[in-house]
Amino acid sequence: MTEKPMVRFDNVSKRYGALTVLDGLSLDIARGEKVSIIGPSGSGKTTVLRMLMTLETINDGVIWVEGEPLTHMEKGGKLVPANLAHIRRVRAKIGMVFQSFNLFPHMTALQNCIEAPITVLGMKRKDAEERAAELLNMVGLSEKKDHYPSQLSGGQQQRVAIARACAMRPKIMLFDEVTSALDPELVGEVLQVIRQLGREHDLTMLMVTHQMGFAKEFSDRVCFFYQGKICEQGPPGELFGAPKNERTRQFLRAVLEAG
Amino acid sequence: MGIRTLVGMLVVALAVIGLLATQTSYSLFLPGLLEGALLTIEIALLGSVLAVIMGVLAALARLYGPAPLRWVATVYVEIFRGTSALVQLFWLFFVLPQFGILMDAFTVAVLALGLNVGAYGSEVVRGAILAVAPGQWEASIALNMSRAQMLRRIILPQAFIAMIPPWGNLFIELLKSTALVSLITLTDLAFKAQQMNQSTLKTVPIFTLVLLIYLAMSLVITIGMRFLEQRASAGLSRGRAA
Repeated sequence: MTEKPMVRFDNVSKRYGALTVLDGLSLDIARGEKVSIIGPSGSGKTTVLRMLMTLETINDGVIWVEGEPLTHMEKGGKLVPANLAHIRRVRAKIGMVFQSFNLFPHMTALQNCIEAPITVLGMKRKDAEERAAELLNMVGLSEKKDHYPSQLSGGQQQRVAIARACAMRPKIMLFDEVTSALDPELVGEVLQVIRQLGREHDLTMLMVTHQMGFAKEFSDRVCFFYQGKICEQGPPGELFGAPKNERTRQFLRAVLEAG
Repeated sequence: MGIRTLVGMLVVALAVIGLLATQTSYSLFLPGLLEGALLTIEIALLGSVLAVIMGVLAALARLYGPAPLRWVATVYVEIFRGTSALVQLFWLFFVLPQFGILMDAFTVAVLALGLNVGAYGSEVVRGAILAVAPGQWEASIALNMSRAQMLRRIILPQAFIAMIPPWGNLFIELLKSTALVSLITLTDLAFKAQQMNQSTLKTVPIFTLVLLIYLAMSLVITIGMRFLEQRASAGLSRGRAA
């Protein structure tokens, strides 16, 4: 008896007018699995995360979370598009960190981390502050808790964003090119936090990344996207060491040359 | 211009009024003009409150309301922005009574100016909300907030800062439009000045005082809005300075 996958994309398609961004994507992600998504820009890899976070609607297929439909709900034995109440209930299991941090600029680091726990989860301010302090400590920013985002470096802002996402206690964390907007010397501190998060928490992680070294070292599985489809996937050792597909080889060669 | 310069200007304007008031040729008119100014302030203040309420409601209705509400808001904005405040005053005061709707002149003044400026204000509010970075909405969704929570806690506080300066302009516009209310029998500052001028022909002292009083009132608005802006963006600007 296998466990239900944490996330299941079941034949999911996304189109913008005539442009097909994702074409019949089927992908299962197991509980606790760390999956990296790589591929050229425009291959639909960020769209995968945005659909799962419900930032984008889908045109075909169903997305499931822990055996429950996210994009749909059951009604009279049939799946119909989900209403907002259903989406919010299932979406509570998912957190996301963005390329451009998206911290709330009018709130301090601590306030960023307690806002949703208080307003959405209904936590008491004192409890939320304690939890936020722990998380800011985890990302190494205890002394910065009263700083506003504009007073923090990019790396620090991104670490606050990770703490903010964790404060909602998600089971699934999505990382969308979280180091792409950072100066090179700040990338390491953010990756270090993600590494620690993966080690110490029972999180399922899905990340779109250009950091091939990190993808290789950190993930259980790497998916190479090309033109809206998974072109090749497998354990990082195999995919990076002996890619079977010509497209994968071309992409990895190009990335390595650039790096 | 910094707040200090503005406060300096206000002090000078008030000092000149005080200085002129030491001469009988000027002090003669001051009590009457101040009486008119009081009515001007009352209309401007209440009109501004109505304008803000209408501006916010119309903007939210147009952005997030169900279709019928959107239409109502759009019709309101286009009518009150597309016709002159003077015509609106006349309509409310002289035309509506023909259909059995009677209001006193003061109510009409507040209503017409508030609705007129509120229509402009709704565009200011709408623009400020739309100008908040899309990433702020996305982060709020990722934190599973409801639409109302996003608006109240994340979007509106940021939009608020952006809409303070344009609202300052609108408040000053409204203050100046109050001069129109003399045409519906109200004795505001401008009308009081005209009355005095007609009976005494002392044009220079009367209109010098009127100019200074209007200037002082609009400076108070500008200073107040600057102060509000500084307070509201305290966190953001602290960051920029660091």
